[in-house]
Amino acid sequence: MFPFNFEWIWDMSHLVFMGGLWFALTVLGMGMTYCIIKAAVDTAEGKGGGHH
Amino acid sequence: MKHEQAKKYGMVIDLDKCTGCGACMVACMAENNIPFKKDETNKLDSITWMRVYQLTNGKPFPNTDICYIPRPCMHCEGDHGHSPCVSVCPATATDYSLKTGIVSQIYTRCFGCRYCMAACPYHARYFNWWDPVWPDGMEKYLNPDVSPRMRGVVEKCSFCFHRYQLAMNKAFLEGRRELEEAQYQTACAQACPAGAIVFGDLNNTKHRVHRIVQPDPAHGGRPKNPKAFRLLERLGTNPKVYYLSSREWVRRLADHYLPNETPGKGH
Amino acid sequence: MDDALIPKGVKRCPLPEFLMKLGPVVALLLWGVVAMFMCWIKGLNQTNMNDSYGFALWIWADLTVIALGGGAFFTGLLRYIIGKDKLKEILNFAVLIGFICYSSALLILAIDIGQPLRGWFIFWHANVHSMLTEVAFCLTCYFGVLTIEYLPLVLENRQIDRVPFFHNLSHNMHEIMPVFAATGAFLSFFHQGSLGGVAGVLFARPFAYREGIFIWPWTFFLFTWSAAAYGPCFTIMLAKITEKITGKRLVKDDVYALLAKIAGWMMATYVVAKIVDTWYWATVTAPSKGQTLMDFYSNNPFYGIWILILEIGVGGVIPAAILITRKGRRTPFLLVTAVVLGVVGVCVNRWAMVLQVMAVPVLPFEGWPMYYPSWQEVATTLLPVAYGILLVAFSYRYLPVFPQEPELNPIVTEAREPAESEATGGAGDAEMKPAEA
Repeated sequence: MFPFNFEWIWDMSHLVFMGGLWFALTVLGMGMTYCIIKAAVDTAEGKGGGHH
Repeated sequence: MKHEQAKKYGMVIDLDKCTGCGACMVACMAENNIPFKKDETNKLDSITWMRVYQLTNGKPFPNTDICYIPRPCMHCEGDHGHSPCVSVCPATATDYSLKTGIVSQIYTRCFGCRYCMAACPYHARYFNWWDPVWPDGMEKYLNPDVSPRMRGVVEKCSFCFHRYQLAMNKAFLEGRRELEEAQYQTACAQACPAGAIVFGDLNNTKHRVHRIVQPDPAHGGRPKNPKAFRLLERLGTNPKVYYLSSREWVRRLADHYLPNETPGKGH
Repeated sequence: MDDALIPKGVKRCPLPEFLMKLGPVVALLLWGVVAMFMCWIKGLNQTNMNDSYGFALWIWADLTVIALGGGAFFTGLLRYIIGKDKLKEILNFAVLIGFICYSSALLILAIDIGQPLRGWFIFWHANVHSMLTEVAFCLTCYFGVLTIEYLPLVLENRQIDRVPFFHNLSHNMHEIMPVFAATGAFLSFFHQGSLGGVAGVLFARPFAYREGIFIWPWTFFLFTWSAAAYGPCFTIMLAKITEKITGKRLVKDDVYALLAKIAGWMMATYVVAKIVDTWYWATVTAPSKGQTLMDFYSNNPFYGIWILILEIGVGGVIPAAILITRKGRRTPFLLVTAVVLGVVGVCVNRWAMVLQVMAVPVLPFEGWPMYYPSWQEVATTLLPVAYGILLVAFSYRYLPVFPQEPELNPIVTEAREPAESEATGGAGDAEMKPAEA
């Protein structure tokens, strides 16, 4: 999973497979981070209040 | 390292000599600390790294003929080490060694998904459905060179790999780099009273296995000896266990053939 | 009692009645939990699996729920990427079903492995050449995507939505949902496919083995394709069941028709591909291994050629034929028949690709081993069903799962405007008496 695992080899299979995995995880992680930070900022700015 | 130049341990089992006595199975169980249950009648969940099957030609008396076929792990080479089980293991818990040709099983890494068992057409892989328990006192007789396996992992014949390690250690201490045929033998080969099992390096022209089967590297190790064959050869598993039989019905039962095909004619 | 939690504009039965009706489901859940702990504590000897059936009921259930849960990724893809906006009316439900299916699959896998505490080895010591590794990675990541897709719905609960932060979070997640949906589609393509690859790469099992492109056997593409075709059928089927149980119309017919039409064409093309694959396998692949088609379907008490007919004919050709015709998908009886047959078809396909792979003898001198599951296996397989029913029930009660529900079921006591002509449902609600808002 990581380059420091002893079965890791710097070959095409690992680059493609793990590249795809880490790309997907990065997109998800950054997407959620953006949502949470923006929600915190929006809340601080007073948005989203006054519902119901 | 090119596998053609390295060691490639394999086995030849002469079915004309095998009497079906089961000594190989017993020797294997004892040598490798194979756990057993109180009731071993259900062969679908008991562990037998080496298992002797009984074959029959299916003809009525007096033409009935039977043959016993011992079945260890075939240590398939597949296509350049792409054996059926090694390539599917998700946790790299089984490996094909290009130094010895032995398919290993790392018990402490296996997490018991059993995909390798699904991949193996020989049923050579066994799952530990139970905790290994030995009768009182018997644990003193366990082989100290072989680790017992825990519940929930897969195990299989290792060609007595611990014996290879011991032999290589001894060889290094004595300043040798090569093993003589007799210096590394499996427990089943030594136990067979009929001398039906021969074990050695298929790449070494001095070893009997090489001389008997005359493997053809140009054709995936297919034997040149017309009496020799391998189980399910046409599946592309490229096994390193060869069998000898003078009976055609036995050779035919080693593989699947369409009604119009004849064994040994190539397919 | 819990009126404050129930979405605006809809009616729900009183809480005690709701809880009482779930009693049997909770009992089923507890039965499954007991069996699950028995398997974890005593080991897999609690099952009827054996060395010939290393994969059995659980792996079938796993493959099946993942195929059926494919409705989530495909509906999301259609809505966010292809732009079929109308499907937003059923997307929440598809996501909910997907979430249940995938969490169930992960739970079953956690019970199925011999050393559950070592389950993380599949990630840590990953063998990138194994189809199962790809399954594990993509499945886990996609479960994350489904959680992300389900979360905004939870945040839309009336009380949670009052908290400004959660309201903003939900809003922001909706904004970038296409990114998550695209990632989900990417991950789904690979894990649905690699689940097909699990059987397809077994070159020493002629029943399972298929040729393919590069490292992917044909089953890789067939599985992804079939998940996209049959997943929406499952979504429609469960939505129809939910309508039946609640006695309300929850989704408009044109939404069903659109999803059914797309699923129908996916299914029709899939069935053609599956027939071609089966033909090639029966005439070229299997004979090259020394076996004929009927070797796989005879000389045993269970696995007959009827399986192939049931899978491809009854569960493929017939539902596809119904769904690609306008009249078929617009006729409620035919629509329900088609989606049910489709679900049966995909279940049979996954059964064959797991159980029959194990059953077909490969050594010429061996017979067909037969298998029936132990009660522990049955109970742990029903456990996710019970959990799914509970999650659907609670989500339906407290979250705005069906956006069209208020419109289709106007609350008369609130003296609203007369509903549109379509809002005729809600009659015959003998069991679920609406609570006063």
